[in-house]
Amino acid sequence: MTYRKRWTPLHAARAVVGSAWCIVLAAVALSLEHPLLLVAVLGAVLAAAALAQVPGTVLRALAWALPFGLAIVLVNAVVVRDGLTVIVRGWTLPWMGALDITLEATVYGLVLALRALIVIAIFALHSAAVDPDELLRAFRRVSFRSALTATLATRLVPMLARDARRLRDAQRCRPGEPASRVALVRAVATGALDRAVDVAATLEVRGYGAPGAQPRRSGRPWSRHDLAFLASTAGLAVLGLGAWLGGWDPFEAYPLTRAPVDGSVLLLSLALLACVLLPFADRRGVGG
Amino acid sequence: MSVLVLDRVTYTYPDTEGPALTEASLAVEPGEFVVLAGGSGSGKSTLLRIASGLVPHFHGGEFAGRAVIGGMDTRDHGPAELAAVAGTLFQEPETQVVMGTVRSELGFPLENRGQGAPAVARGVEEAALALGIAQLLDRSTAELSGGELQRVALGAALAGRPALVLLDEPTSQLDPVAGDELLGVLRRLNEEWGTAVVLAEHRLERCLAAADRVVALSSGRISLDTSPAEFLSRAPADLLTPGAQLFQLAGLSPLPVSVRDARRALRRSAARPSQPPEDAPAASGLRRRVSWVGRSTDSRRPALSLGGVWRELRSGPAVLQGLSLTLDPGETVALMGRNGAGKSTLLRVIAGLDPVTRGRVERAGRVALLLQNPGDYFLHERVAEELGADALAHAGLAHLASRHPRDLSGGERQRLALEIVLGGEPPAVVCLDEPTRGMDRGHKRLLAERLKQLAGGGVAVLVATHDAEFVAAWAQRTVLLGDGRPVADAATAEVLGGGWYFATQTARILGGEGGALLPEEGAKVLRAWTAEPVSA
Repeated sequence: MTYRKRWTPLHAARAVVGSAWCIVLAAVALSLEHPLLLVAVLGAVLAAAALAQVPGTVLRALAWALPFGLAIVLVNAVVVRDGLTVIVRGWTLPWMGALDITLEATVYGLVLALRALIVIAIFALHSAAVDPDELLRAFRRVSFRSALTATLATRLVPMLARDARRLRDAQRCRPGEPASRVALVRAVATGALDRAVDVAATLEVRGYGAPGAQPRRSGRPWSRHDLAFLASTAGLAVLGLGAWLGGWDPFEAYPLTRAPVDGSVLLLSLALLACVLLPFADRRGVGG
Repeated sequence: MSVLVLDRVTYTYPDTEGPALTEASLAVEPGEFVVLAGGSGSGKSTLLRIASGLVPHFHGGEFAGRAVIGGMDTRDHGPAELAAVAGTLFQEPETQVVMGTVRSELGFPLENRGQGAPAVARGVEEAALALGIAQLLDRSTAELSGGELQRVALGAALAGRPALVLLDEPTSQLDPVAGDELLGVLRRLNEEWGTAVVLAEHRLERCLAAADRVVALSSGRISLDTSPAEFLSRAPADLLTPGAQLFQLAGLSPLPVSVRDARRALRRSAARPSQPPEDAPAASGLRRRVSWVGRSTDSRRPALSLGGVWRELRSGPAVLQGLSLTLDPGETVALMGRNGAGKSTLLRVIAGLDPVTRGRVERAGRVALLLQNPGDYFLHERVAEELGADALAHAGLAHLASRHPRDLSGGERQRLALEIVLGGEPPAVVCLDEPTRGMDRGHKRLLAERLKQLAGGGVAVLVATHDAEFVAAWAQRTVLLGDGRPVADAATAEVLGGGWYFATQTARILGGEGGALLPEEGAKVLRAWTAEPVSA
């Protein structure tokens, strides 16, 4: 999940706008419950990833997150005892009562899992298509310490991934029994502290945080892509608020699952898809 | 006004007993080029960290005396403020790049000084052009090789045209061509911009010619602070350049600072004037293929045989291109070539870490591979847990048994990691990837002896390195890789004696005469010349 400059509208938009678009899109996904709407958002995110030329990154993130999603479904089904339609009659435990699994809890677990997967996919899209350096520059004006932490974190994640690969290779070269995973994790964690110290030292000698030296604003004019993604962000915010507060999302989980597919749901699905994908339609000035 | 002043500085790192630097006094004037010389642990890196303000602000510890950088006392000004005056480059390139793209990395120090977009853009372009990395500007820093990262980190250190540049072994990751280019850039900055340079380096033969002064450190104290010529006349044997050793052994004086000085002195003396090697200008792109005349005709099964090996990356380049190579048992072979020529990949393929996409690899037994970072082999809290007592004693590391592996010096780590990979079933082939990075001459000598000892036991030894002096000390044969295939494969004396970049300093001085690579061999040639009548 490393950012690389590509010639797409999302890459061409300024980082603050791209980031706001991703955040609002994730917030919309978290505000929705109707499975059709969530599927529409997931489809929109995957299509956006393809149009941003990073489909592989997003699909890999989804594949990595799938077990996590299944765990959410399982936990919700086992722990939540709302719902009227029992599909598995479980044991009775003295401190928990009957462990019956209901259709409603399972469906809602799926909704929660779908939301989590969408958020992870959006995070992957953000990592691959929004320039972290530009974003950090922007945030540094707002909060120095937060930006410093983010800088360290963003540098350390790929560095530790490389360290782990190197350690694994080195351990493959060691004769005898292979090292345990615990030993490897401990070695990477120990190295992480050294790495963090080294990166922090580099930030210092590059003048990061020198008193009185605030980076100047770039004065970069607003491009058509900035404006398109900004408009899309506003549209998504309106649709999300409408679904959340205006009752455009007619989903009920308990006691009986109710997910009617009426005209308003279909319209909202199409509006979400259009809102996410329209900024990609104009490729003028993306560079390359 | 001096750009760097140290006044009786004594510094002790936290949780250590003795001081790393004691009573150090030094003044560097604008436009001076100062080389710091000394063995591992002599205090070179500590001196640079004091000059950058990291000591004591970042590392803590006990600091006495006074350090003033560009008029700023380090007790009152931290490293971020000092960065406006001093650009710093450390040894490890991976941790010195903090941004996502090369362009952002070069612009980062300028932005931190509050410069506007046009000034940042101009600074980035100038630094990129000066270091020959303009083609990397839009690349992600995560994709760069070690050598590229080092140049980008140097670019970031130079981007704001600091009055002082502090460099800790900047060429340790670079091939001889890139190393020479980097020193050329430093010299140009020094001469044209008046930038003062303070450079710590083990391989003095690389940088002494550019220096105005040499400051030698020993056990944390400044033992010498003088001109390069005077330094050579007074330095201990371990700090002499190969060229100076050559003259000293041949009984010639004064000791030469550079290859040019040495050749001039030889022309002036009664010694036969030497001519540059015939193929010198084309050496960087050496394309000739020569057979290794010293190759054994041993009918035993080879320790390693590669036939038509290709390693093609998915959606990427072919790193190895139809490479064939055979190593006999007990053979010592050096693998040289530019950064990115495929040396590390070849070793990984031989050890089975990377698969081949075409071709065959036949091994007579286990391949022990020591990768570039010896610290990656350590998993335990004590050296004694990493290696058995017998093996530690055999490697001469028994006295370190109770230490934490990460607290060992670079050379000690390398030896410990080598013994770890040699443990268990005896290997048929031992491969080492850049084992001499940051290693002083004493540790290199120990390593060379260990390699010869292994070869004496019938193990084939293959070492990827940029260090021609080290290669000359132990390798019978040298393979020069270019674009994933051998462009020269011959006896070491033949490969390193006839080249210009891939050559020892002795060979460059003598023009490859007599196949002499080391000062001892070269001294014999010189003595023979002086005994002959001078030709017209």
